[in-house]
Amino acid sequence: MATEEAPSGLQIHPMDQFIVKPLFGGDAIHWYTPTNVTLWMGLAVVCVVALLVLGTRGRAIVPSRVQSIAELAYGFVYKMVEDVAGKDGLKYFPYIMTLFIFIVFANFLGLIPGSFTTTSHIAVTATMALAVFFAVTILGIVKHGVGFLSLFWISAAPLVLRPILAIIEIISYFVRPVSHSIRLAGNMMAGHAVIKVFAGFAGVLGVGAVFPLAAITAVYALETLVSFIQAYVFAILTCVYLRDALHPHH
Amino acid sequence: MATETHAADAAAHGGEAVGMPQLDFSTFPNQIFWLVVTLVVIYYVLSRIALPRIGAVLAERQGTITNDIVAAEELKLRAQEAERAYQKALADARAEAQRIVAETKAEIKADLADATARADAEIAVRTAEAEKQIAEIRAGAMASVTEVAKATAVEVVAALGFKADAGAVNAAVDDKLKG
Repeated sequence: MATEEAPSGLQIHPMDQFIVKPLFGGDAIHWYTPTNVTLWMGLAVVCVVALLVLGTRGRAIVPSRVQSIAELAYGFVYKMVEDVAGKDGLKYFPYIMTLFIFIVFANFLGLIPGSFTTTSHIAVTATMALAVFFAVTILGIVKHGVGFLSLFWISAAPLVLRPILAIIEIISYFVRPVSHSIRLAGNMMAGHAVIKVFAGFAGVLGVGAVFPLAAITAVYALETLVSFIQAYVFAILTCVYLRDALHPHH
Repeated sequence: MATETHAADAAAHGGEAVGMPQLDFSTFPNQIFWLVVTLVVIYYVLSRIALPRIGAVLAERQGTITNDIVAAEELKLRAQEAERAYQKALADARAEAQRIVAETKAEIKADLADATARADAEIAVRTAEAEKQIAEIRAGAMASVTEVAKATAVEVVAALGFKADAGAVNAAVDDKLKG
């Protein structure tokens, strides 16, 4: 912790922003307790509804600005699913759109100063990653039965190498949800913590605070980019896993 | 917010965040529950309202664009047809004009030839008439000259003191005139 570097005066708590706490007082956090998680996820839902439902209310042939953005988001994810997972992957487009749009809005809402970033929590990203993992695994087994195991048996490789490659493939397959979830949560957490550390410096440097402020601006710009890119990465990896489930033969 | 968070946290956990709040497993059920609620709500909103609507709008736009392109194609064909008709009419008119010009030219040429022939004939007739008159005048003049010559000859012979034989003188004059 930063506090250990300078016990006197410099008080930086970069991780405090990630604390889950009840909205209406009390200290017990049951599974149903409305917390700041509830609030910021609720706001993400509000944003989704505002963009994709209220924004497209006009159903205009020549779209308004908000409707254009909604159509862009739709077209962006639709094309990604079609390109990566193939035509038969389009059946699962609403699920991937749900994940993508939720992550995008959670990430961007987290950029509001003082907000709570739900996607910085491993509990959230791991739940989504595991849901994707189990969904595509079950889908692959249901669609292809034992044939799904050919995903691990690379017929293009020489026969002697195949068992070794199969072990590597199986390990990498089961590591997928770990990397899938930690990538997103780690990116979100690290960026926000860095901003908070710089902000702590700015508080004690007086006039010299322009340097940490400039750094905050730069990191903030980077985080804006990262917010979108990580949502994109999460969605496109989901599409890749979906493709493996639909077409396990290399 | 940060200090608030800190204060609230101090109340809730008896201090600042120890390590990573991400690894505080006591909050996991809460987060997972609300995440599932959120995702289910978003999924229902998307699959029931938003996505069909946007898909329909995009399909409708695509249809409109396709229709417009077809209509434009049709109009273009029609314009081309109209142009062809115009060109044909122009060519026809030009051919007709040329024909009329040629016809008129031939007619004029025929008229001209006719008039020339008639004028030539008239000129020939007039020339013949004039020649005849000239011949008559010449003949008349010749006769007068002969007469005068004969009379003069008689007078000259008489003046010279000879007795003129009118018959001999006339014959001599005629002889001279012929010679």
